[in-house]
Amino acid sequence: MAKVTFTLNGETVTVDEPLNMRFLDILRKELGLTGSKEGCGEGECGACSVFMDGWLVNSCLLPLASVEGRDIMTIEGYRETKRYKVLENAFVEEGAVQCGICTPGMVMAAENLLNRNPSPSEEEIRIALAGNLCRCTGYEMIFKAVKRASKEGEGLW
Amino acid sequence: MKTKKDISESIRKVDSEEKISGRAPYTSDISIDGMLYAKTVRSPIARGTIKNIKLPKMPEGYHTVDASDIPKRNVVKMIYEDWPVFAEKDVNFIGEPIMLVVGPDKETVMNLADAVEIDFEEKDPVFDFKNSGVQLHFDKGDVDAAFERAAKTVEYEYETGYQEQAYIEPQGFVGYPEDGGYTLVGSIQCPYYVKNAVLDTMGEEEDKVRVIQAPVGGAFGGKEEFPSVTACQLAVALKKIQKPIKFIYEREEDMETTTKRHPSKTKMEAALDVDNNIIGIRSNLALDGGAYIGLSGVVLSRGMLAVTNAYTVDNLDVSGDVYITNTVPNGAFRGFGAPQMIFAIEMFIHHIAKDVGEDPFAFRKRHMVKQGDKTSTSGTFRDPIILSDMVDKAVEISDYHNKAKAYEDKDTFKGIGMSWFLHGCGFTGSGESDIIKAQVKLKKDDKDNVHILVAAVDMGQGPKTTFRKLVADLLDVPIEQVTFNYPDTRYVPDSGPTVASRTMMVVGGLLARAAKSLKEEWIAGEEQTITKQYKQPEYIEWDQDTMRGDAYPAYSWGVNVVEVEVSKVTYEVTVKNAWNIYDLGKAIDERIVLGQADGGQAQGIAYGYLEVMNHEQGKLKQKNMTDYIIPTSVDVPKMENHIMDNPYPLGPYGAKGVGELTLVGGAPAVALAIEQAIGRKVKKIPATPESIMELIDNG
Repeated sequence: MAKVTFTLNGETVTVDEPLNMRFLDILRKELGLTGSKEGCGEGECGACSVFMDGWLVNSCLLPLASVEGRDIMTIEGYRETKRYKVLENAFVEEGAVQCGICTPGMVMAAENLLNRNPSPSEEEIRIALAGNLCRCTGYEMIFKAVKRASKEGEGLW
Repeated sequence: MKTKKDISESIRKVDSEEKISGRAPYTSDISIDGMLYAKTVRSPIARGTIKNIKLPKMPEGYHTVDASDIPKRNVVKMIYEDWPVFAEKDVNFIGEPIMLVVGPDKETVMNLADAVEIDFEEKDPVFDFKNSGVQLHFDKGDVDAAFERAAKTVEYEYETGYQEQAYIEPQGFVGYPEDGGYTLVGSIQCPYYVKNAVLDTMGEEEDKVRVIQAPVGGAFGGKEEFPSVTACQLAVALKKIQKPIKFIYEREEDMETTTKRHPSKTKMEAALDVDNNIIGIRSNLALDGGAYIGLSGVVLSRGMLAVTNAYTVDNLDVSGDVYITNTVPNGAFRGFGAPQMIFAIEMFIHHIAKDVGEDPFAFRKRHMVKQGDKTSTSGTFRDPIILSDMVDKAVEISDYHNKAKAYEDKDTFKGIGMSWFLHGCGFTGSGESDIIKAQVKLKKDDKDNVHILVAAVDMGQGPKTTFRKLVADLLDVPIEQVTFNYPDTRYVPDSGPTVASRTMMVVGGLLARAAKSLKEEWIAGEEQTITKQYKQPEYIEWDQDTMRGDAYPAYSWGVNVVEVEVSKVTYEVTVKNAWNIYDLGKAIDERIVLGQADGGQAQGIAYGYLEVMNHEQGKLKQKNMTDYIIPTSVDVPKMENHIMDNPYPLGPYGAKGVGELTLVGGAPAVALAIEQAIGRKVKKIPATPESIMELIDNG
């Protein structure tokens, strides 16, 4: 069995597991990184979102083989950044967190948006978060949080 | 002098950071050395008898667990006890659990579970409403006399579909043997429901079962009674195998086999006098209970009690049935029977007005309940009712009348709908005093830190924050001096389940009383414990047999206005705006209440037009997030919510119930808006493009 090597949150990692294993399971079970959540296991809910070479992807749809040589960032890496702190504060201040199971993925989607568009309109926020399901909040306070982060994080994105 | 902040002024929720950062340990995040995995083997048929089970060769360390392993009773203790832990002889729905396969490697467990061969003798399944398992009835005044003197009568029938809770975190437990007993950590709403069910199935002593709540990734009623089923199965496995076991549902398994909102059919018949006043209503509410009754009878009861919603009708005859069918058992879901009935009555009152040629708005206002009126069960609305002011406010902020007039032009394909409604707070009838008997504790340690000891669960709705805020405020200490850990039955008393919009009003109310006592008795540097027990207000009288009296100690109230646009080509509905006004007594934290308002309304509106679930011969056709559509960020309307101040004397700071209130009015509001947009009466939800096309084609 081939070993797979990739960068995870800035460090080189090699894993020796079946190549078709879901990358979400690699993260959660083999590497103990449980910040990425499994909501649906089929790429609908976005709770397992990670960055691969800067692209937001659903790690439940990613076989281990496809991360070979890639640069992966999970919520555990992202939460160490300044941008994260701004988003975290905005999510708390706006009440955007209820049960919280979708939130790490939602924050990753918000980062993905702000990275490409630092001052999004509400319409752009809605479209950017459409791949992340939340059943608690009705999204309204999440929109407000992203707007607040965009304002308070001026210059970071 | 420092002025104290109003309790409603929002603070930062205490558990948001750990959730945002991914650090909060949800059940499936828990890992224990040597942990095994469990997978359920299920019935592939809707009804039959198990003739023979052939197991694959089990590798060493792999086990099966079934009904023969149950130490005491093969029934899950709930309000009505008919739900087996494992099917023993008969199976009654597709997906009914027959056994668990348990072992160290998850993939091997899955393969073994697939390889179990079961022979059945199939029987004809029942899907129609013909076997009634629960019948309830109540009346008010003299309905026969009302119908005899009626100038005219109006009759309609309404229908609602399934709704799936669709919490983003599926059901799950991690269990391990401990001190000769079992500890279960799980995604649950009711630690003591789980504990009592497991004790009953296992025949264990009280101290042998410990239940701990993990952070809950959404519940909405779906983790009220259902986790008792999986907990009992897991406890049986723990007893047999004596090793830690992880038992987590995957999404499809969760959606195909767990409880949902009951599909319903409601018959409504009204008697009107010569001035078009409603003088009597006869109603029957029929719920599809699925294969087992569980708590469907209580759901039925709450639905029936909402028969006249926020209107006063003097003469009533109200009956209800829970029909047993060979489908997945239905159960608790935010609103608990009320959304079905409130949809029916809100549509009905509009349809009556339209049929007698009256303006529905004026017609409804004429029948609106006032303080001092009799409830549907002949109790009394004792507290001030400000619904009329709330409606005025809703009309103003939504520009309701102008829009309603403009959208009468059928070519616009636009519509605006308004629902108004009540929700009874807490358990129905004498439930709180006779069944639940809630107890709370406040414990002060010698460092003067105060610990909240209750079994109430934070599943996103915020008691981890609001309870601490409430107690700290009453004790006049910083919130950091008050702790509230995830409930663990080893340490917390049974303050009742986290259901029925009772958490703040009842459990919070008891905590407020405890905090006041502690403040009076406070001795710095000493350990002190205060215990408080629920006592029903003495003026509340309820007769369960006749369903007569005060069904609830208090009511919360709401108004929802929803504006839609329907595509002339595809009949797709776009929900443009929603305006909502709520009277929940007093918000303990305004932003937390507004969060409930946003989320509840998103679910309530979606129930009315978006969320489709149905079965074919007992097999659910929607089994994942791709097939079962819940609102995304582009589906939810622009929402504007307002909270009224109308403190309830017996609630903490005047607080009443919130959680369910925000859901129950969404479906009729959106259905009424669609009704206006398409110029056809909507009698069935969800009002999908297909059903709109039928309405338009068939006139």
